[in-house]
Amino acid sequence: MNSLSPLLLLLLAPLAAMVAIVMKAPAQRTAAIAAALNLVLSIGLLFLYHAAQGGYDFVMDCPWAILPGLPPIHFHLGVDGISLPLVFLTAIVSFAAVVVSPGNIRRAPEYFCYLLLMSLGAMGAFISLDLFFFYIFHEFALIPTFLLIGIWGGQNRQFASFQITLYLMTGSLILLAGLLALVMAMPPDARSFDITTLQTYLSTHPLSLASQSVIFPLLLIGFGILVGLFPFHSWAPPGYASAPPAAAMMHAGVLKKFAIYGLIRVAIPMLHDGFEQWKYVLLILLLGNFIYAGFVTLAQKELPTMLGFSSIMHMGYLFLGLVTWNVIGLTGVVILMVAHGLSAALLFGLSGEITHRSGENRFTELGGLAKPAPLLAVLFSFASMASMGVPGLANFAGEVMVFFGSFSAKLIPFAAVAIYGTVITAIFQLRAIKTIFYGPIPARYQPQSGAAAGEATGMTDLNTLVEYVPFVLLTVASLIIGFMPFLLLHIVEPSVSLLPFLK
Amino acid sequence: MDLAWFLLLAPLAASIAILLNLHRKPNYAIGASVGSASVCFLTALAVATGAVKAPTPFEWISVPGLTVDIGMILDPLSKGMLLVVTGVGLLVHIFSIGYMAHDPSRGRFFGGLSIFMFSMTGIVLADNLIMLFLFWEGVGLSSYLLIGFWYEKESAAQAANKAFVCNRIADFGFMLGIITFWWIMGTVSVDPQILGQCYAKASMPQFSSTLQEWGAAQTLILHPGGISAHSAELVTLMVVALFCGCIGKSAMFPLHVWLPDAMEGPTPVSALIHAATMVAAGVYMLCRIYPILALSQAGMFLIACTGCFTAIFAALIAVQQNDIKRILAYSTLSQLGYMVMAVGCGGPDAAMFHLTTHAFFKALLFLAAGSVIHALHEEQDIWKMGGLWNKIPLTFWTFAIGMIALSGVPPFAGFFSKDYILTVAYTYGHGFYWVGVVTAFLTAFYMTRLVAVAFFGPPRTDAAKHPHESPPVMTVPLVILAVLSVIGGWGVYEFGIQSYYHNWSLDVLRDDGISYQAPAEISSAVPSGFVFFGILLSAFLYVNTASDPLNIPVLARKFYIDEFYDNVLVVLQQICANIVAWFDSWILEGLILRGAAYLSAGLGELLRLFQTGSLQTYAYIFTLGGGILIYITLFAH
Repeated sequence: MNSLSPLLLLLLAPLAAMVAIVMKAPAQRTAAIAAALNLVLSIGLLFLYHAAQGGYDFVMDCPWAILPGLPPIHFHLGVDGISLPLVFLTAIVSFAAVVVSPGNIRRAPEYFCYLLLMSLGAMGAFISLDLFFFYIFHEFALIPTFLLIGIWGGQNRQFASFQITLYLMTGSLILLAGLLALVMAMPPDARSFDITTLQTYLSTHPLSLASQSVIFPLLLIGFGILVGLFPFHSWAPPGYASAPPAAAMMHAGVLKKFAIYGLIRVAIPMLHDGFEQWKYVLLILLLGNFIYAGFVTLAQKELPTMLGFSSIMHMGYLFLGLVTWNVIGLTGVVILMVAHGLSAALLFGLSGEITHRSGENRFTELGGLAKPAPLLAVLFSFASMASMGVPGLANFAGEVMVFFGSFSAKLIPFAAVAIYGTVITAIFQLRAIKTIFYGPIPARYQPQSGAAAGEATGMTDLNTLVEYVPFVLLTVASLIIGFMPFLLLHIVEPSVSLLPFLK
Repeated sequence: MDLAWFLLLAPLAASIAILLNLHRKPNYAIGASVGSASVCFLTALAVATGAVKAPTPFEWISVPGLTVDIGMILDPLSKGMLLVVTGVGLLVHIFSIGYMAHDPSRGRFFGGLSIFMFSMTGIVLADNLIMLFLFWEGVGLSSYLLIGFWYEKESAAQAANKAFVCNRIADFGFMLGIITFWWIMGTVSVDPQILGQCYAKASMPQFSSTLQEWGAAQTLILHPGGISAHSAELVTLMVVALFCGCIGKSAMFPLHVWLPDAMEGPTPVSALIHAATMVAAGVYMLCRIYPILALSQAGMFLIACTGCFTAIFAALIAVQQNDIKRILAYSTLSQLGYMVMAVGCGGPDAAMFHLTTHAFFKALLFLAAGSVIHALHEEQDIWKMGGLWNKIPLTFWTFAIGMIALSGVPPFAGFFSKDYILTVAYTYGHGFYWVGVVTAFLTAFYMTRLVAVAFFGPPRTDAAKHPHESPPVMTVPLVILAVLSVIGGWGVYEFGIQSYYHNWSLDVLRDDGISYQAPAEISSAVPSGFVFFGILLSAFLYVNTASDPLNIPVLARKFYIDEFYDNVLVVLQQICANIVAWFDSWILEGLILRGAAYLSAGLGELLRLFQTGSLQTYAYIFTLGGGILIYITLFAH
């Protein structure tokens, strides 16, 4: 148990890169190398993981600190079939986010350090098996998010950054209160920060219903704010709209999944009676994600805010899958977390490219870009199809399992609303493709030869390897999972089956 | 590896190759696409003769309680459909070489065709409903890409979106139906063995289901969740939901609106996807799960009514259209209505028979129409044609054969299949029969109108005076399809296609009680009489006229359905969206959130010293605050 784990490398690579950048190494290249190392390592771990048993693997556990009055804090790492896919997601989106960032961005060393810190924090949160580190790593990732938006953001960055900071910090603090209450509500000799210990103990000695029904809503609201559960979603659309693309990719694609992961890993299994009591509230709120956020998305007139609301809307599928709490639904949730991470990262990244290259993000002003930028059009179409749940891309496999799972859990009306969500997604996503890429091309985007210096030279496509590789990588990952979901299912399903209280 | 996988892998490989590289090299793209279609057709022949067997399925999704395979069912139903899809598909591929020869993006076009072939063969072979749904969405995707092929045209882009969204709305129901199917049956498999057993156990020769019988059937199917009995209402709901899939894909009323607009795509696409094969996938799906449909009397009645109504509704609209492709599109709707009605009336074999003959003559009509459009430099209005019959004779004669076959003149292909459907309908309910007969009259009427106006009379424009006949690469497929349209029903009536599907349906249902011997009191003479009357009346009205003697705006405007959808439903949806969005930004975010923020700001006025206006400072203060809070919480005890 005290041997070093390969998971440690996942944390050391970005850390080393940050040190190197501070020591004046070329910022983007160093960050890209570290992210690529992590990507290779995480793919290796997917293959090395002992899937059949479903338990934790690559475990390391060493005591870290003992604070008076509190259970000991351990530096306890390990992954199972639920967290390992998220590790992969973090690695691939981090790599894409680093590579799509413009190399000549101002204050580059600082910028890439913050990106790496986000990656490090997300990675740490997913591989920590100790509540203290689970929480702290997520905070590590949040702070650079605020700074990235505030310093390198686009329109309204001051306001958006302020709002997202206030809102998410509030969520984190509610979450912290909930986590501490959970530990403190246990009998003193059983208290622990260790997730595995807590899970074993609490599945046989559940807390009293009274404390569960108070602590669970704290965790639900805390996690709910972080993921944008209706009606706690207002931070997301303006935040994502003004964030630099890489930050939106990292937060919408990866960091937001921390909250869903926390609900699977901590809140629902450890406070199952509280969950049973509150799940009807959650069901009503997730309808808000589908219907309310769905309609708001339909009304958006700018690409980035549309994507922001759509990523809120799609959290509904994840919440629905959680409520089912059966193997089919939960396996679907894990697949969908990865799938949504890939498609959201793609969409936000491509949206950044479209806005940057055309100088425009309003639907009324865009049009006909498929002619000058065919590759951008193809990739955006792939991302949209993924987001719409077209089979062959990863999201479908996850969504369909959530639908089946919710039928199994007798949540048929909610499943119907969720399936109707795919219709709404198709409406706004296809409309986006049409208004951006199809139709006659506005004169200002005509490719011009020999334009006078200083004039707009028309729309450009993704031309160099560096420009399109990150997007192609995300698309290919989504296609592989979409065509062969069984590759991931073999890893996910045994671990999901080990969760307590499954129906 | 099992050879049958080539049916899927060949077109998939072609489409990937075209996506990655070959779209820049049109001739290689054509080679890959046509080559893969040929491989498909040859493999289909081998499958039909029994030389190639179904491969071992592999697990696509496998978690406790839900197993989805990728496998193949090779029974008479799928083998027959496979020959139609790959055969007509290959001919359309070849025709497209000529038709698209001057389009610079034809590589992309052939890529779309290959995606279509991949998905369509997948639908035909699917051994479970989820696999069917995967490929079902795949054909929807290829249809979307090909309708929007000329994406610079606003109308084409709009039509592509409309097709996709209409299909999505229908698939909403279809997905619910599939999951309900799984919930009741405990499997998503559509193996005829399992379904036939279920039907036999429910023992309902005359659709007289009772709850107890159905429950008894269920315990035999052994649902793993132990669901013992389901109400007849749930079964009906499932049937209706599954039928929703067909309403979208086969463009039944009220979701028929996408198909006429889909004619914005290149004409070979209209022939292959939006006439001969993809839109028939809905009918094929119904036949595939027929034993399940037959469990619900109410569901079957709804299916029959929808089909019957769409048949006459679309035929009426076709009478007043002027665009050659739109007339054929409404005709397709009407013929699909026939097929769906046949399924609802208890004759899946009749539906498949008509699907087959329809694929021949409707593909023929569209390709011949493409040849006309090609000859007249993209002219599609029949009132701008005229006098073409002796200038492009091969196109004219093949078109005429298609028109006669579609009208149902004996002994052409359409006659036999339509007659068979009418017989089935008569057995089910006389009303369906008479609507079918009137539709046959209307079909003969509008098709004669089309031919009379487009091919006879004086040329009405300059382009029509100097048409040029198409090259052999386009006319040879026309001739082959024309031959099939002539003999597709005749001669094989007794031992060919009809008995082929008939035997299949008996085999699946295991019920010797079904027999469609024509009742003595009706005879083929009645519909044939109506058909001849329609042809003569139309010829009398339309030969040598300069303008349309009939003027019925409600038909020309397609019963105002599009106007209703665009001006009422879409507008309502957008209004709702705007209201909710207004609420979100002004009430939720504006009033509540910022209200709370300003309130705390007022309280925090004392702390304004810290308000440096620099964002980093704020962030650091927050981090610091968070840290202090953690410290306090941790060490307060």
